[in-house]
Amino acid sequence: MKAKDIAELLDEPACEHNKKSKSGCAKPKPGASAGGCAFDGAQIALLPVADVAHIVHGPIACAGSSWDNRGTRSSGAKLYRIGMTTDLTEQDVIMGRGEKRLFHSIKQAIETYSPPAVFVYNTCVPALIGDDVDAICKAATERWNVPVVSVDAAGFYGTKNLGNRIAGDAMIKYVVGTRDPEPAPMGKNGIKVHDVNLIGEYNIAGEFWHVLPLLDELGLRILCTLSGDARFEEVQTMHKAEVNMMVCSKAMINVARKLNERFNIPWFEGSFYGITDTSQALRDFAKSLNDDDLTARTEALILREEKSIRDKLEAWRPRLQGKRVLLYTGGVKSWSVISALQDLGMKVVATGTKKSTEEDKARIRELMGDDTLMIDDGNPKELLRIVKEYKADILIAGGRNMYTALKARVPFLDINQEREFGYAGYDGMIELVKQLCQTLESPVWTQAKKPAPWESGASVGIKAEALTMLTPNEQPSADAEKREAS
Amino acid sequence: MAELVKRKKALSVSPLKASQTIGASLAFLGFSRAMPIMHGSQGCTAFAKVFFVRHFREPIPLQTTAMDQVSAVMGADDNIVEALKVVAEKSSPSVIGLVTTGLAETQGTDIQRATKEFRKKHPELNGTEVVAVNTPDFSGCFESGFALAVQSIIETLVPNSVKEGKGEKVGFKRKQVNVLCNANLTPGDLEFVTESIESFGLRPLLIPDLSGSLDGHLADEGFNPLTTGGTSIADLKTAGESVATLVVGDSLKSAGKSLLDKTGVPSFHFSHLMTLDSVDDWFHCLTNISGEIVPTKWQRHRSQLQDALLDCHFMVGSKSAAIAGDGDLVIGFHDLLASIGATSKVCVIPAKAKSVTKLPIEVIHIGDLEDLENLASENSVDILIGNSHATESAERLGVPILRMGFPQYDFVGGFQRCWSGYKGITQALFDLANIFLQSHHEIQPYHSIYSQKSDSPYADSEHGAVH
Repeated sequence: MKAKDIAELLDEPACEHNKKSKSGCAKPKPGASAGGCAFDGAQIALLPVADVAHIVHGPIACAGSSWDNRGTRSSGAKLYRIGMTTDLTEQDVIMGRGEKRLFHSIKQAIETYSPPAVFVYNTCVPALIGDDVDAICKAATERWNVPVVSVDAAGFYGTKNLGNRIAGDAMIKYVVGTRDPEPAPMGKNGIKVHDVNLIGEYNIAGEFWHVLPLLDELGLRILCTLSGDARFEEVQTMHKAEVNMMVCSKAMINVARKLNERFNIPWFEGSFYGITDTSQALRDFAKSLNDDDLTARTEALILREEKSIRDKLEAWRPRLQGKRVLLYTGGVKSWSVISALQDLGMKVVATGTKKSTEEDKARIRELMGDDTLMIDDGNPKELLRIVKEYKADILIAGGRNMYTALKARVPFLDINQEREFGYAGYDGMIELVKQLCQTLESPVWTQAKKPAPWESGASVGIKAEALTMLTPNEQPSADAEKREAS
Repeated sequence: MAELVKRKKALSVSPLKASQTIGASLAFLGFSRAMPIMHGSQGCTAFAKVFFVRHFREPIPLQTTAMDQVSAVMGADDNIVEALKVVAEKSSPSVIGLVTTGLAETQGTDIQRATKEFRKKHPELNGTEVVAVNTPDFSGCFESGFALAVQSIIETLVPNSVKEGKGEKVGFKRKQVNVLCNANLTPGDLEFVTESIESFGLRPLLIPDLSGSLDGHLADEGFNPLTTGGTSIADLKTAGESVATLVVGDSLKSAGKSLLDKTGVPSFHFSHLMTLDSVDDWFHCLTNISGEIVPTKWQRHRSQLQDALLDCHFMVGSKSAAIAGDGDLVIGFHDLLASIGATSKVCVIPAKAKSVTKLPIEVIHIGDLEDLENLASENSVDILIGNSHATESAERLGVPILRMGFPQYDFVGGFQRCWSGYKGITQALFDLANIFLQSHHEIQPYHSIYSQKSDSPYADSEHGAVH
């Protein structure tokens, strides 16, 4: 990819960050960076397109340590779970056989799996030695009459965030608009059906299936979710939507902007985390579509769902009330999770704002008051210090921080993409409280903190009581004593 | 405090219970050159033999007094004398365990008297010890039969140093520690027990020691009609000279008391070694007995267990289990699950065991595997924990199973699996977590009625709108 193209992607007028030093997302700092690379971002953004053959062109490290590593779920096609890479060898690199190998790899993928399309991800080594991936993809498309899309996202181009944009850009450039959807059918009970897209929704752990039935009920036809549980044929039809929703993360904001510029599709930002935000997202759909009937039905649905979920949560509330949370989120908007936690009566004592905009921060202040700590640099050590200082009961963060928290014996909830549980939508709240209670109330923490009884020298006499000597009148066992005491 | 709910059914369906008689036989199999004889009809022995052979995948020494129609009615004491004589003559075992069956007990046999008669008649066979135990199968269960046998063995064979007034024999063998091992400790568990005690420079005297006989090893001698390992009777007789006794399992409390009364050796009791706390107590006790510090190896295992508790609580923490097994097993697995936050919603034991009432759950049912299945279904548990017979129930319920206890005939190596000690617990937690990961309840895919996906179930209908 040319430097000019990268610069163009970095300049994202629709992003609030697109000013001052933060323009295009800060450059990674040598020795102090933890995030992924552009390839990582591109692969993450598109891998959920379930029926496509995803080929990583490069030596093994890129695909080898990342394939099938996401919690995204598909309702049908499973090809995305199969890792494919050209696994370049030293000879390939020296002799310049990479392109040839890629061409044959595409052939093999098409012949073995007959995918509707192939996505080829470029990586550092072939980018450096100058493999012309675009040309190979073009040639392969003509040769086998299957769309082969080049996603030129070598890791050194930049951050994960840039990778997301590269991926989105590739979709706009090569895929969107290549097919029209079937005309919208008549909805149930004669309601009007509207076509919409979701951008940046990844269906982690299948959580979007908590929300989708509601959209069905409202008569919102999802042309495509980019890219959770998506199919190639759906990505092709994105240009026909009446409105786009940018879900949570700004990662693919360029897609929303370009669809707006080229096809005049309006877009709004929203989130399906928490009761408040889920309702807001549904309202925003109705508002953008400017359909009075839809608005009325949406309000009725929100009323019904909110009542039902609040009733269900009531039983859990006492167990979580007043618990202190340190929230450190990556892609998921902090404020959106904050409102979810506050819905449960929990207190957020500090929150990560590394990726938050000024608007987000203002929103956070509004929700949490001025005394809330905003953490810009969340290295593990710092996070643990804050947990201690602010007496947090639990750290909620991405999986990368999970084992840090566990090693420090701090209760932890994973809300990142690798997680096993879905928290989106109204029903996702139930899963969230379950998981919160499970870890907060777990007996493992006392055991993990318990010093070995033989280590505290002074306590030999006391601990000896734990060992019951069988006397003629037989005392209860140690376990029994403990139980009675509790 | 748990309430024991007795069975209300006439019929026991898919029984959980194994008899006292075979439990008692197993205790004898943990002594060297031993032979249990069941006093009953030969079928009693044949069934028991198959039960153990399938579980251990080993030849099992087991004999019978072969009561027939005549002896069943007219008295079978002669059968006892003859059986003892034949076995003693043929393979000169160190000990014969004479255990009774329901048939013999109903008949009203007096095995102690019959044993005395054998002694009187055959003084030339005095080299073989005989321990007689009353273990009718119409009361108790596997574990209680085992415990009765251990108690009888102690009462019959361990010299009464307290009563004989032979002065202080306690601690005569400064390094020797008695361990009374309950029926549910596997050969693998016993290896941990042995290894941990030895690591403090102590010498364990396991009573009995199944790890020497039924751990599944190929002996040099080829076939042997008796047990090929286990505690020797000579060693057993020195139990009164040990520095301490460790009793593992609530079912052995009474046997432990017998040993204490006879020898005065200080005795420490552990319900099981299946939680961090209980194993902490175990090592603390060993360090107190020996005066040695806890070897770093165990401390390392301990911190690994702590880590495993944290890692696994995400998968296991909120789960609920139905446990079926003898009392000591139920207590052990209940406590193991509780230590990671999981609940034992259903506990079924085959026969009354007072010790389980200490568990902090509402009820414990005395029942069978049908009860287990019904209760598990009513309470919608996430996993069954029980023996191989429970696999059918698990399949019908559509939940996974973790196998433990007797018998495990469809699972190789289950007989020697170690559940005890930090490492054993760690592995148990990993296995539970893996079971739940495999059966992780995913969010069901939802197919939009407007779906444009060609692999959607609505793809072929008229755009799916009308349903």
